[in-house]
Amino acid sequence: MMNTRQLNFVWVVLMLATLATFAIGEIGERIGIAGPLAMAALLAISIIKGRLVMLDFMGLRGVKFFWRGLMIGWLLLVSALIAIAYWIALK
Amino acid sequence: MEHHPDITAPHSGPAVAPPGDLAIWFFILAELLAFGVFFAAYAFARAHNVELFNEMQQTLDRPAGALNTVLLITASWCVARGVEATRRARSATGARWLAGGILCGGGFLVVKGVEYAAKFGAGINLSTNTFYMFYLSLTFFHFMHVILGMIILIVLWWQTRQGVYGPADMNGIESGAAYWHMVDLVWIVLFPLVYVMR
Repeated sequence: MMNTRQLNFVWVVLMLATLATFAIGEIGERIGIAGPLAMAALLAISIIKGRLVMLDFMGLRGVKFFWRGLMIGWLLLVSALIAIAYWIALK
Repeated sequence: MEHHPDITAPHSGPAVAPPGDLAIWFFILAELLAFGVFFAAYAFARAHNVELFNEMQQTLDRPAGALNTVLLITASWCVARGVEATRRARSATGARWLAGGILCGGGFLVVKGVEYAAKFGAGINLSTNTFYMFYLSLTFFHFMHVILGMIILIVLWWQTRQGVYGPADMNGIESGAAYWHMVDLVWIVLFPLVYVMR
């Protein structure tokens, strides 16, 4: 199970990741992170964040793979669908 | 550095079931499935109305959305700390952390309420256009889950204050906490998808 230091570390990472997501929205186009690159970066950040919430906050680290697999599988599936829809929109 | 030996963790063995009641995990999966369908529907609707969605997204209050992300993640962290303290037989500390989670969750509802008020004040409603139909219904569906999560947290806070939970009985608090984290998890996908991605 998680200890205090790990939980605090995860919170800091999640805050920095949120800042990155917000920054892509605010200044992404000016620093060259736009379009498909921004989409990929945003999805990657949310997969990292979601995985940390599942493993450390929800306590699924060390739990049967079945549950971790279902949860992380959901995250990957939703991200893939979003990416496919984005790709269709580019056409 | 303070060191807490992990003597009370009931789930430290190999290949165990998830924390809390197994039923809550089936419920969480059902909720995630519903949100997943909603997210995919949004993304594919956008694919057929890219210009409208990109234009309308510019009218959203992105700083408010980011602030709400901070509030929900911080609430989740507070709840995780509360569960951890209670597991170590420090339920008074645990209850204070849960109260912190309730405050952050309340902050989310206030910020979202202000956002809704601004949109409704501007005459926007479900029939304004496809983007706003999705924005309002998707975020309101999530809003209702935050409210349910808050009710659960308030009950957990009260029970934890009463000393209901401890190393020997973590089932209720772990189940309620898992539900709250699910609400946070959904927003982690919703914010970039609806407020930022273009």
